[in-house]
Amino acid sequence: MIDWALIAESLPAYWKGLQVSLILMAICVSASFLLSVPLAIARVSPNPWLAKPVFLYTYVIRGTPLLVQLYMIYFGLAQFEWLRESAAWPLFRNAWFCAWLAFALNSTAYTTEILAGALRQTPNGELEAARSLGLSTASIYRRILLPSAIRRALPQYGNELVMVMHATSIASAVTIVELTRTARDVYYNSLAPLEAFGMVAVFYFVITFTLVGIVKLLEGRFLKHLRPKSADIRPTEMTPA
Amino acid sequence: MFLHGYLPAILEGLRSTLAVSAVSLAIACIFGFVGAAAKLSGSRAANIAADAYTTLIRGLPELVLLLLIFYGGQIMINRLADRAGLGYIDINPFIAGTTTLGFIFGAYLTETFRGAILAIPRGQAEAGQAYGMSRLLVLRRIVLPQMVRHAIPGFTNNWLVMIKATALLSIIGLDDMVHRANLASAATREPFTFYAAIGAIYLAVTTVSILVLGWVERRFSLGVRKVEF
Repeated sequence: MIDWALIAESLPAYWKGLQVSLILMAICVSASFLLSVPLAIARVSPNPWLAKPVFLYTYVIRGTPLLVQLYMIYFGLAQFEWLRESAAWPLFRNAWFCAWLAFALNSTAYTTEILAGALRQTPNGELEAARSLGLSTASIYRRILLPSAIRRALPQYGNELVMVMHATSIASAVTIVELTRTARDVYYNSLAPLEAFGMVAVFYFVITFTLVGIVKLLEGRFLKHLRPKSADIRPTEMTPA
Repeated sequence: MFLHGYLPAILEGLRSTLAVSAVSLAIACIFGFVGAAAKLSGSRAANIAADAYTTLIRGLPELVLLLLIFYGGQIMINRLADRAGLGYIDINPFIAGTTTLGFIFGAYLTETFRGAILAIPRGQAEAGQAYGMSRLLVLRRIVLPQMVRHAIPGFTNNWLVMIKATALLSIIGLDDMVHRANLASAATREPFTFYAAIGAIYLAVTTVSILVLGWVERRFSLGVRKVEF
């Protein structure tokens, strides 16, 4: 029933698709992390001129589908003549750049909210202690607030990483031959959907749980101080209601 | 002219988007309840099946599941139909889309509902049983009304993600808002205008959802005092 020959034959294509997916994910994740740290600081700032625009940005991005954002950038921007005639046009004509931009902007919005949430959970005493020691605002952020907020955000950030990984499948809609596009091509050539999409499902499954595993390891390393001290203290056993 | 007269066509697409979302949500709730019941039941087989279900869904992108079920399901059903001597059966994107989205978000709702049920103190259900209420009556009168309060935040989140996920159904050929925008921008050569327009409509839908579900949450939490710092 399953066509193993087809799977073996298309494995190299999947392998290439996997690399494209992973590269796309890596550049999106690094860009969005770098952008979201300053944005999260602005988001929790008491100054409304800083906090409100960031809120607006995350609200709009989180309230609209990623596919529509991608279409707006890749297909939409061609509408503007001034852009077509500008020096930036070769970039916006490129599907890779557009996918990267759309995914990075999207993930930045979510990551900003995650980090801002973690910053708000900072115990007030830590901040007071830092201020009473005369640390400047910049070094309070660098030394006290950000390191602990990033640690606290780790479990949710892990979810966000998985979301970005899954979101890269949407790049298949704008001609980028990543994993999902590879599967669609294999399907169109063979008309064997179970093999084509089943195979790619295996790939995504393995990547997802590798990511989850890495985040678990990081949590074990960076959130060690939050683990129960003795082995006896475990979350209460789940019982049927 | 505003949107070159395509506004009615886009709004018709919105109707299809909302219909898909609503039907998917209903299906997801059924999967979610069954999943939560399976996770909380004493049966080991049911626990394993429910864990496998939620793990599988979390491991795969929505688009891949959508393609797998849309194209794979088509082949499977037609193989069965062939064997039964029936003619070719065409699954339309509406049915494939709502089933798939319902199946996917049912897994997330399983966790939401499970958490919500566990958040109700056990003594309450026991007290109900002590009064001689049947299990079904305890569920209907005691567990469900209180569960709503705990389930609303997770439910809101899932609903918002799901409305946005319906945009993907345009890829398997559903005539939704995104598809209408594709057609309109091809005809007018103003893609940005139309994608921005449907983006604004999505934003309006999510904003209204947040407001309504926030009101529902407050309504169901009337008897609960908030922590005041």
